[in-house]
Amino acid sequence: MRIPEQVNRLAIVIGVLVALTLLTRFVLIPRSLVSTDLHWAAATQREAIKPVKFAGSTACQDCHEDVAVKKARSFHRALSCEGCHGPAARHADDPSAVKPPAPRDRKFCPVCHAYDPSRPTGFPQINPTAHNPLKPCISCHNPHDPVPPKVPRECAACHGQIERSKAVSSHALVACTTCHRAPEQHRRAPRSALPSKPETRDFCGTCHAQGADAKGAPKEAPKVDLATHGGRNLCWECHYPHLPEGRL
Amino acid sequence: MNKREFLKGAIVFFPAGGVLSALARQAAGKETPAQATPPPAANGQQAYDPAHHLYGMGVDVDKCIGCNRCAVACKAENGVPDEPFYFRTWVERYTIARDGEVVVENISLGAVRETTQDAREIVRTFFVPKLCNHCANPPCVQVCPVNATFTTQDGAVIVDAERCIGCRYCIQACPYGARYLHPKTKTADKCTFCYHRLVKGLQPACVEVCPTQARIFGDLKSRASRLVRFRRLNKLHVLKPQLNTEPKVYYANLDGEVR
Amino acid sequence: MSPHGGDGLAELLGQITGFIFPNEIEIHWSILIVVYPYVTGLVAGAFILASLVKVFKVKEVQPTYRLALLTALAFLLVAPLPLLLHLGKPLRFYEILLTPNPTSAMAMFGFVYAWYLMGVLLLEIWFEYRRDLITLARTARFPLNWVYRVLSLFSRDVSEAALAFDRKAIQFITIIGIPSAFLLHGYVGFIFGSVKANPWWSSVLMPIVFLMSAIVSGIALVIFLYMVLAGIRREPIDMACLDKIASYLFYAVIVDFSLEALDFIHRLYQSEESVKILGSLITHKLFMSLFVIQILLGMFIPLGILVLAKMRGFGDELRKLLYFTAAILIQLGIFATRWNVVIGGQLFSKSFRGLMTYKMEITGIEGLVAALVLLALPFAVLYVLIKLLPTRRLDERTPVTG
Repeated sequence: MRIPEQVNRLAIVIGVLVALTLLTRFVLIPRSLVSTDLHWAAATQREAIKPVKFAGSTACQDCHEDVAVKKARSFHRALSCEGCHGPAARHADDPSAVKPPAPRDRKFCPVCHAYDPSRPTGFPQINPTAHNPLKPCISCHNPHDPVPPKVPRECAACHGQIERSKAVSSHALVACTTCHRAPEQHRRAPRSALPSKPETRDFCGTCHAQGADAKGAPKEAPKVDLATHGGRNLCWECHYPHLPEGRL
Repeated sequence: MNKREFLKGAIVFFPAGGVLSALARQAAGKETPAQATPPPAANGQQAYDPAHHLYGMGVDVDKCIGCNRCAVACKAENGVPDEPFYFRTWVERYTIARDGEVVVENISLGAVRETTQDAREIVRTFFVPKLCNHCANPPCVQVCPVNATFTTQDGAVIVDAERCIGCRYCIQACPYGARYLHPKTKTADKCTFCYHRLVKGLQPACVEVCPTQARIFGDLKSRASRLVRFRRLNKLHVLKPQLNTEPKVYYANLDGEVR
Repeated sequence: MSPHGGDGLAELLGQITGFIFPNEIEIHWSILIVVYPYVTGLVAGAFILASLVKVFKVKEVQPTYRLALLTALAFLLVAPLPLLLHLGKPLRFYEILLTPNPTSAMAMFGFVYAWYLMGVLLLEIWFEYRRDLITLARTARFPLNWVYRVLSLFSRDVSEAALAFDRKAIQFITIIGIPSAFLLHGYVGFIFGSVKANPWWSSVLMPIVFLMSAIVSGIALVIFLYMVLAGIRREPIDMACLDKIASYLFYAVIVDFSLEALDFIHRLYQSEESVKILGSLITHKLFMSLFVIQILLGMFIPLGILVLAKMRGFGDELRKLLYFTAAILIQLGIFATRWNVVIGGQLFSKSFRGLMTYKMEITGIEGLVAALVLLALPFAVLYVLIKLLPTRRLDERTPVTG
C-alpha cells in the first residue's frame, strides 16, 4: 500500500516535536537541573548549615562551671540550661553582647510544677494559689538546686489542701502523725520516702469500733460494729479520713 | 505509522521505566539516599558522615509533664510561625472519663479549655508529645511529584524549600498531621529532627529542653546510644502501625486511645 | 486577604468540633481542586461518548461525534489551569517535568496529560477534520485560509485512498483512546484513592467511581451542548440520536450509582476505625451536598426523569425538556460528587476525633470567582473551536431530519 502523503506530513511534525523534547531534556537542560541526587545533596547541605539558636548545655558548662557543678547534684540535674534561660547561641558566641534572661517571677516555675491531673504521679507539683502565695519561688528555692534550704516542719507546708479540709472536719484535732508516719527522708526528698498510710479496718476501729478505748480516743467519737458495718469495704472507701463528714 | 508508534513508545517508555526501576528499588528494600556531601568539618572536629548515622526518637509518655517547652523551643529554633496553626511538634492532653469519653486537647495552642469534668470521674489522663515520625516508609515522600521531600542518608525526612511547588499532596498523605504549608514561603514545612543541629553533634531543640527526658534522641546505628538503650528497656509502640509507615519515633507507655 | 492569612485561620479555630491535629485547621485542597477532577471527568466522558460511534458503530450518535471531540479538547485545554493556580509556587510547575518522582501519582499528570492531548485527542481530531480543513483552506478568506492550511499541515490529498486511511487511523486511535481516557480519569481517582492516610479517599473503587461519574457527566454535557447548539442554530434536534444518548446516560447513572452505593455499604459494613467520624462527617458537614444535591438532585431525580422519558407516550418537545433538565441536574450532582470527595476528605481530622470547616474565599486566587471563571473558560474555548471547526461534515450540511 502506498503511504498516504498526510502520514509523511504528520510524521515530520511528530518527529520534530519528539526530537525537540529529547534535545531539551537530554542536551539543553544541564544535568544539575534534572538530577534528583544533586538536588537532594544541595538541599541536605542547605539544611545542615542553618543557624543554631540553642547552644546546648555543654556550651554553657564551659563558662558557668560553678552553676553546672551545683546543678549536676540537684533534682534539676537533667534540665537543660536553655529550658529556662531560652535559646542562648548568640550569648555563647558573644557573652558580653547578649545576656539570656533569667525568669524570676512566680509565673515561670508553675509551667512545670503547677498541679495538673495529667502530670505523671510522683512529679513534684504545687497549687500555685495555696503554696506561699505572692512569694517569688526563688525566695525559698534556688532553681539550680531546688530543694528548699529549710525543710518545712509542718505537713501543711506542702499538703495545704488536706490541712484545710481537715481543719474544718471532726478530725481537726487529730494530728497527721496519728495516722501517718513520715520518715525524716520524706521532708527532704518527698518522693523518695513516702509516709505510711493506714491499711486495715481495725486501724479506724481503734477509735470508732464499739468499745474502743484507745489512749486519747475521745468518748464522743461515733462507734460502729466493725463486724456488721459496711461489709468488707475498707473505711476510706466510703469515708474520706480528712473530711469524714463529706461524701465520696 | 512507525513514527507514531515511536512517539507513543517514547512517551510511555520514560515514565514507565522510571516507575519500574523505582518499584524495583523499593522491592530490594534499599532506600535511595541523598548522596550528601559531608558538611565542612568544624575546627578540630571530625567531619560529619551521614552514612554512619540513622536517627530516631523515643518518647516516654509516662515522663511527659506537658510543660510545652519542646513546642516553644521548636518554634524558636526553626523559625516556625507563631500562629497556633503551624507546629513541627506539639503536645496533646488525653483525658479519659469513667464513661469512656475521651477528651483530647492540644495544649500547645495556648489557651486550654478547663476540663469541666469532676476530677473524680477521670479514669486516666496524660500528655503525649507529637512530631513528624520520620517514617522509614514515608507516604509523604512517595507522593511528592517533584522529589522535593526525601529521606536523608541519616534518616531524617526533610523538605527542599527551593524545589517544593506547594501542591500539598504530602500534607494530605501524612497520617500524623505533621506537615503544614509555610505561610511565607508557600512551601511544605515540617520537623527535620533539627538536622542542622545533628550534623554539629547537638540534640534536636525539643530534646535539648525537655526537663524530664520524656524525649530521647539517638542514633540507631550506634551500639550504645540513649535511643538504643531506650529501645531495649521499654515495650514500644508506634503511631498508626496499621498504615505500615514504619515510624522512627518510638513511644513507650503509649495508651490505645492515642492516634 | 491572603488565603493563608492568620486571621482567616483564627476564625476557623472556633469552628472545630472535637479534636484535630493543629496543622489540620487549613483546608489545603480548595474549590480549584474540586474543579480539576470535574473538568477532566467531562473530558473523559465526552471522549468515551465520541468513541461509541467509531468503535461500537452506533450510527445514531454520529451527529454528536464531532461536538463530543471538540468538547473533550476544550475542557482538556483548561484542565491543567486549576492545578497550576492552586500551587503554592506556580512558577515552579516545570519541575514536575524535570524531576518527576516516579512513585508519585501526581507526577504522572504531565505525562498522562501530554499523551492524551497529543497522542490521542489532537491526532483523532486531525484525521477527522483533515478533509474539511483542506476544503476550508480553499474556500475561506484570508487570513483564515492560512490558519486552515497550517492546521492541515499543508496536506492536499483527498483521494479515496487517503480518506480511507484517515478512517482507519481514527478507528485505531479510538481503540487506543478508550483505555487512555480511562487512564486519564482513573488516574485522577487514583490520586485520591491511594492516600492511605485518609479513610474517606482510600478505596480501590475510587478510580472506577471517578471513571463512571466522569462518563455520566461527559454524556450529560454533550446532551446539554447539543441541545443548546441546535437551539442557537435553529436546527432540528435528531431525536433518535438524543434518545440513544439519553439511554446511555441512564445506564451510566445506574452503574455509577451502584458503584457508589457499593462503596458506601462496604464502608458501613466493615465499620473500621474511621466509621464514626465519617458518619458524623456525612451527617453534619456533607448532608446538603451529599444526600440532597449528589444523591437526590443529581441521581434519583434525573433517573426518575429518564425513566419517565423512556416510557412512550411523550411528545418530542416534552422529552427534550426532560432530557435537558436531567442533563443539568446531573452536572450539578457530579460537581457535588467532586466536592464531597475533595472537600469532604479534608473536613475530618486524621486523629478521627474532630471536624473542621471549609470557608470558601470569594475573590482570592483559590476562590469562588476563580473557580467560576475556570468553569466558564472551556465554553469560551469551545466557542472558538466550533467557529473554526464545523461540527457537521461539510458534505452533510443539509440538516438531517427524522
